[in-house]
Amino acid sequence: MNADTPILSLSFARARSRIRDTDRSLVFALILLAAIAIPCLLAPVAAPYDPNAQPDIVGLRSVPPSLAHPMGTDPVSRDVLSRLLYGGRLSLSVALFATLVSVTLGTAYGAIAGYTDGIAGTILERLLDALLAIPRLLLLIAIFALWRDIPITGFIVILGATGWYGLARLVRGQVLALKRQDFVASAAALGAGRMRILTRHILPNVTTPVIVAAMLGIGHIIVLEAGLSFLGLGVHQPTASWGNMIQDGSDQIANHWWISLFPGLAIILTVIAFNILGDALLRVLSPRQSRFE
Amino acid sequence: MTEPLLSVENLRTYFYGAQAVAKSVDGVSFVVNAGETVGIVGESGCGKSVTALSILRLIQPPGRIEKGSRIMFEGKDLVSLDDAGMRDVRGNRISMIFQEPMSALNPVFTVGDQVAEVARVHGSGSRKDAWNRAVEMLTLTGIPSPEERAKQYPHQLSGGMRQRVLIAMALMMNPALVIADEPTTALDVTIQAQILELLVDLQKRLGTSILMITHDLGVIAETATRVLVMYGGEVVEEAAVTTLFETAHHPYTEGLMNAMPQITESRERLNVIPGTVPPPTAWPSGCRFRDRCPYSWERCEREHPPLYQIGEGHTSRCHLAEEPERRAHPHLPLVEQAGATL
Repeated sequence: MNADTPILSLSFARARSRIRDTDRSLVFALILLAAIAIPCLLAPVAAPYDPNAQPDIVGLRSVPPSLAHPMGTDPVSRDVLSRLLYGGRLSLSVALFATLVSVTLGTAYGAIAGYTDGIAGTILERLLDALLAIPRLLLLIAIFALWRDIPITGFIVILGATGWYGLARLVRGQVLALKRQDFVASAAALGAGRMRILTRHILPNVTTPVIVAAMLGIGHIIVLEAGLSFLGLGVHQPTASWGNMIQDGSDQIANHWWISLFPGLAIILTVIAFNILGDALLRVLSPRQSRFE
Repeated sequence: MTEPLLSVENLRTYFYGAQAVAKSVDGVSFVVNAGETVGIVGESGCGKSVTALSILRLIQPPGRIEKGSRIMFEGKDLVSLDDAGMRDVRGNRISMIFQEPMSALNPVFTVGDQVAEVARVHGSGSRKDAWNRAVEMLTLTGIPSPEERAKQYPHQLSGGMRQRVLIAMALMMNPALVIADEPTTALDVTIQAQILELLVDLQKRLGTSILMITHDLGVIAETATRVLVMYGGEVVEEAAVTTLFETAHHPYTEGLMNAMPQITESRERLNVIPGTVPPPTAWPSGCRFRDRCPYSWERCEREHPPLYQIGEGHTSRCHLAEEPERRAHPHLPLVEQAGATL
């Protein structure tokens, strides 16, 4: 492995030997995630019906689970399982890409804010404090209420762009501590420039907390997306998402429970899986938290 | 005589605090010749580490190298050199070995990567060349099975092994000068001896000059040819190492010698020089050692002593050079036993 390999693979390479002496919760989280994500990603093949087809809006309306419809049908006769898979594909991709956006922004901002000295650094810090004071959910409701026909890319970017402040603060704190370490002085004494010190010597040390925060962030965005879609502000009908599927069954949850229950369970299991994964990765990736040292 | 490799002239490095200015290094001058080992010795706070960091211009604000300081190295003045030029000197022509072998290595990279990184920074050759050269350097520093060790992380190595890695990093580009800042302080005694032996051996083979910064006269005795004794941000005595150990002139040096534990005598307590170094924000007037000096008289308060020439290559910042008879009448003991006054 060399200093030029991308940052992520650095930590993963180190982790490889530790993953071998298996961390049970890591394996559990990965299996659970695979069980949810793989069928969702294969939705066009795996789904038994067209998720938006309404074959018989009177006769097949809110049919309970049966062999033909394992999770029943919704109030307009669409197959809940097919919608769950397509909706899951959408919800997971939205969460993944939005997290990618927020991790990129948060790491970059945090790194620069932590590494910059003097007044400029203080301004960046205060600006971050100001951004952290904005209530995210209210901001998102306002944006999506005003901009109803937002394309899915815009939806993803806005979700990501409003979710990086916490990570930026985390990275800033880490960089602030790391830049006073001897190995940074040592790198400077060996002739490395400021940019090289930040990207090659400091940032690789932040990889673990960033990966863990990203895992927790994915779970958070899934819930957020579901909440917004439930309110009719996120993913719009007829496109399925886990959030708007819960909404489909919410007014008749007592007698037609299957319409909301399955997407609800999917959200819970996915978020739990990402949280366990985050915790497990923290244990596996931390160089000084392994059992024998 | 040939041009010295490094010539520090009137170096002054001040730190600007909110209330006061700390004159940590205050008018230090010395030279290091090619292939020579010069020791700088002094207790904590005397300015020896700041001198080392000033040479590489690694002083962070609020610290500043004052105008009028000159650090001539290979025909360039490092004080006025631009940043790109300075980066080219660091690690390449002058490199530094740090005190703490644990924290001076980056925990998330293999040691081989970190040694190779020096070559990558200075843009010589491919990644593979850099790696091969790194393994070569690790071999040179006496690390057993260097190929496997290169693939390990710092926490998998012992302290002595990590110090060898730092030495490999420092010597990677075959620099003209290596500054070793307390390279053995964090190691236990047997490892200390091995590391010093290694440094001396590598210096002979590579012809590198070494500036050895330490508080340990034993380290100086084993490695250096010439010694600077620093006190209060100044050089107080300079001499060849044998001269210094046989005929120390400055009372501070004399005190240091007497404070060294001797294997031939048995003592309950260690000897120490009474008092402490005054703070760098308020050096006393006149001689900076006078409060702790057993011989001091009124001239020491009135007049800041210059560096008097004592003998061939031997200078001392003490008025005793002009009034040697006063050495016969100390009014204080030179050293006292640690804790004896408690």
